[in-house]
Formats: sequence, C-alpha cells, structure tokens
Amino acid sequence: MLEDKDRIFQNLYNDFGADLASAKQRGDWKDTKEICGKGREWIINEIKTSELRGRGGAGFPTGLKWSFAPKEVGSRPHYLVINADESEPGTCKDRDILRFEPHKLIEGCLIASYAVNANKCYIYIRGEYFNEGQMLQKAINEAYKDGLLGKNSAGTDWELDIYIHYGAGAYICGEETALLESIEGKKGQPRLKPPFPALIGLYGCPTIINNVETISVVPTILRRGGKWFSSLGRPKNTGSKIYCISGNVNNPCNVEEEMGIPLKELIEKHAGGVIGGWDNLKAVIPGGSSMPLLPKETCETIKMDFDACVENKTGLGTAGIVVINKDQDIIKCMARIARFYKHESCGQCTPCREGSGWMWRMLERMAKGEATRDEVDMLLDVTKQIEGHTICAFGEGSSWPVQGLIRNFKDEIIERNKFDPIVKKQKDIPYLVDQHLLEKENA
Amino acid sequence: MAVKKISKVQPEKFEFSKKNKETADSIIKNYPSGKQQSAVMALLYLAQKQNDNWIPLSAMKYIAKYLDMPYIKVYEVATFYSMYNLTPVGKYFFQVCTTTPCMLRGAYNLVDVCKRKISEEENRLSEDGKTSWLEVECLGACVNAPMLQLNEDYYEDLDPTKLEQIIDKISNDEVPQPGSYRGRLSSEPENTRKTLIGNKNA
Repeated sequence: MLEDKDRIFQNLYNDFGADLASAKQRGDWKDTKEICGKGREWIINEIKTSELRGRGGAGFPTGLKWSFAPKEVGSRPHYLVINADESEPGTCKDRDILRFEPHKLIEGCLIASYAVNANKCYIYIRGEYFNEGQMLQKAINEAYKDGLLGKNSAGTDWELDIYIHYGAGAYICGEETALLESIEGKKGQPRLKPPFPALIGLYGCPTIINNVETISVVPTILRRGGKWFSSLGRPKNTGSKIYCISGNVNNPCNVEEEMGIPLKELIEKHAGGVIGGWDNLKAVIPGGSSMPLLPKETCETIKMDFDACVENKTGLGTAGIVVINKDQDIIKCMARIARFYKHESCGQCTPCREGSGWMWRMLERMAKGEATRDEVDMLLDVTKQIEGHTICAFGEGSSWPVQGLIRNFKDEIIERNKFDPIVKKQKDIPYLVDQHLLEKENA
Repeated sequence: MAVKKISKVQPEKFEFSKKNKETADSIIKNYPSGKQQSAVMALLYLAQKQNDNWIPLSAMKYIAKYLDMPYIKVYEVATFYSMYNLTPVGKYFFQVCTTTPCMLRGAYNLVDVCKRKISEEENRLSEDGKTSWLEVECLGACVNAPMLQLNEDYYEDLDPTKLEQIIDKISNDEVPQPGSYRGRLSSEPENTRKTLIGNKNA
C-alpha cells in the first residue's frame, strides 16, 4: 500500500479546504519559478523519466505528447486544453480534483503551458459540474490576485490566461477532437486524425490536450523528481492513480493508490468489500463502462495497471471500478450500458449510430429472454462491425463491454434465451444446394 | 431521455437582460477575436437560465445575431447537446441518473418515487406546474450513487424516503440542502477510511 506521504492528492477528502493559503501549506506553488527556470527540455525530459501515462483513458505517455508540440511558436499561437469532461460511467475522480485540489490543476496548467509554449489555456468542464466549475473559477481568481497567473505568472516571465469553457451534457465531447469542435462553438463531432491536434488543433493551431488528473500530478512529479514517480508501480505503469470504486460494495469511495495494486485489495480494503461477501461477486468493470468486464476468477488475481489489464483482455481506462454482485442481473446491467452508448453516440458514423441502437435493443430482449439462440452470435457480429469502423474510439467503447459480456457470460445468455427457430438442423444438405429453394419446400 | 422536440408555444421576442448582456460580452472576450462563435454554448445556457429553464427559437435567432453566425449553426448546437431544454420544464427540474453504477445502487427506486410524486411520465409538469423530472445518463458522481441533479445542485447518497422528503420540501418552495444525504463530506469511504488518516482531524 502506498504510504500517506507519497500520496499526491493530500486534500482528496477535503480535510484542509481548497483555498490558496491551505494549498500553499500543502506545498502547491512552491518553487514554481525555479522549476520553469530549468527550461522546457528539462521539464519534458523529467516527465519522460517519470513515465507518466495519460489518466484520461487511453494511457498515452504524457512526455511524448508534449514533445510533439512545435519547438518554436510560428505564426499560429499554441494552446493548452484541459479535458475535464468527465462522463465515463463509473468515474468521478476529476470532480474531486476540481473541487478540492484546484491549485494543483492550475499550477500544472502553468508548467504545462510553459513546456509547450502556450499562452492560453482552456479548461473544458462538463456542464453538469456547474458548482465544481465555480469552485475552480474561484481558485483561478485567487491565483490571478496573487500574481500566479496573467503576465509574468508566478515570477516565471511567462504569460498565461486560463479560461473555463462549460460543456452541455455530451459524453462524446470527452474525445479530444470533439472537445475542440465544442470549444469552437460547433456540434461535438470528432474530427478525422491525422492531422493530430498537436499540429492542427483548436482554431487550427497547435494544441496539447490533457486530462485533469494528468496535469494535476505534474507539479509534484517535478518537485520530487521523475525518478521518485517511476519508483512507484512497475516500468511503463508508474506512479499513483485515483481509483473510483462504485457499485455493489459496502463503502464506495475514491482512493489514491499505487499503480498495480491488486483489484481484490482495492475492493476489500478500501471499499469495505463486496455486498454479501467476496463470494457474492459476479463481475467487475475495471476501467469505466467502455472496458470489458472481468469475471470473478480474474478479479482474484488481477493487478490494476495498464498492461496487466490489457493482458486480461480489458483496459485500465479511467480506473472507474464498477463492482457487480450476484444479486444483479448482469445482462440487464450491460443493456443499460448499451443504452448509454446509444444515447451518447454523436451520429456522425453510421456503424456507431445504428449499431449502438441495435446492441441496446438486442440486449434488452436478451435480458427478458425474448431473443433466439442465434442472436447471441449475431450480436457479437454487430459489435465487430462497429469496432474499428468509426472515426473515433467511441465505436470500440460501445462494443467492448458487449463483447466482454458475451466472452464471459455466453452460457448465461443462452440459458435464458433457449428459443431455437430452426427446430432441426438439416445436416445432410449438399454443399451446392440453393438455400432459398429448400426453405420454400419447408414452408 | 431528453426529448429534442421544439415547443409548439413560442414567445415572439427574446432579449438578454442588461446583466446577462454584460456577462455575455465578458464571455466573448475569453476567446480570440473573430472566434466569437465559441461563446455560443455559454450564451445558450445564459438564455436558458433567463427564460425559465428552456430555450425558445427566438433566443436562438437572437444569439445568432449577437454572435454574427448563421441561425442554423446555433440551432444545431442547441439540438445536439442534451442540457439545453427546448420545451418548458419545471422551475424545479429533477434529473435522475440511472446509468449502471447508479442503477446498481437502486436508481430506479428513485425513478418510481418521481413517477409517483411528480408526474407519471418524464418531461411532464407536476400538477402544481412547478416540477418535472427526467432520466439522464451518467452525471459523474458514481461513488455517491444513487444521486440526482436538481437544477444546478447534486443530491447524493439518496434513497426513496429521502427523495420523498426532498420533493415534499420542494412543493413548499423550500430548496433543501444539496450534497450527500448520508452525511458524507466528499467521496471518502464511510467509517472505514484507511488513507490520509493523519489529515483527518487536521
């Protein structure tokens, strides 16, 4: 278990208050000038040493992302955009950072902006987090008043302005290019990549987009050194991470833990165990709703980091752990997730727009036991038609949970949906017979 | 589910109040010059707040002129995002999250309470015309499930009885205290906190 002194978010539970004075007491805004004084190269290299991976779901190495920004500012200004459009079911970590640790985020914005040559930073907060946005705005105002933002921010000679942009209830705007479209005042429909936002992003200018948690851990990493961060966890899966544990557990909570902590320890120790005991566990969604679920056997042993999850055919995603116990109907749970994706598809690509509705309707019927046996395979086929055939990763996000369900609980679905329309299979049909003629005879 | 249906009854004119005009102008300044279109989402939200929680077509036309952009682009944005109400909703607008993490902890029991105490169907005003409710997708407070949003505030850790009390208060025009209804201050584990112990009573 991570020691308390190594936890980055000391105010995760709001023991101290979120104002500037207490944030400074916790060590925020300490030596920001000296850190920036060491230069862009040093900052980016230190982040590369720390092997920090993006906390927004995809797990892209942050140092590498920053190094894609053009080294010199050309005719177009650079932008830094923070993704606080947290809408993945099961995830609520960014909300606590916005509420209780806003100064970590603001300081991170300053350092990141300096590293990627950006003078303007937009923080895209989902519209429902109105109060959290107000708290962040309050912290930003405090920082301006204290000379930590604006011209010569925190004495670094760097000019930075931070603006908050509210979303309005669209899950898809968490996808980085859809987020940019949304800031530009359009429908949030993802753009084709390439060109990548690091070269052509917001208003056609080079733009670096990072998740709230990623940016918030940057100041602490630079203060304590990239080596310290990479000493936690294991190579390529370093540092600490806020895990959100929700669903059928006794004490749902957010907790910051070391990368690679066993899932069982998280559930048993921090979340007070599964309701009805560990044996009552049915399945766990390990990384927000778009990641395939894990059956109980895997939950016994799996460690929660990026690579271990991939080895077990799932993903760490945003580390939003949803625990489902045996009192629940697993097919119904997945049908509800499919409905979420049907509701949130932006409608740009046909496979996703139509397919997400198909998946939802088929799963609803399967939950009621109204589907036929063949439809289980048909459903799997539908998911394969969506996956990889869309502009953004929403296609994968909507089809993976369904694939996970079929992979792990196919027997249960078939058990409930026994109806077989072809009463007797005619195995002796020669290969080259016209199928439709045969059917006519049968009819 | 949010219905993107345009209301049949539409006011003829819409104009920002003086205060909202000032807010709108300061929002536009957040974006580079010539990119005032970026402010459309914030302005739509302002209009919605000014006009009793919904956006009439005249407001969209007004905003289009205000930002010097085509009306259809404003219409596109207003119909794309689910937080813009295009038909009148209650003065007290309940949005119950029913996505899986909330569903696992009994969000549909809250929906039943809404059906019983507010109106049989979503998007329909209650008898006194003050409240309406809606089933929405994940509101991002899964650890405090089941929860709902009442106008701008989150009400967390609910159960049917507590929701009934909230609705009773609302019908007397009292707005109850937002936040957790099991006494939690944040998303910490109840009673069994194992981390940041030293900070607890700081």
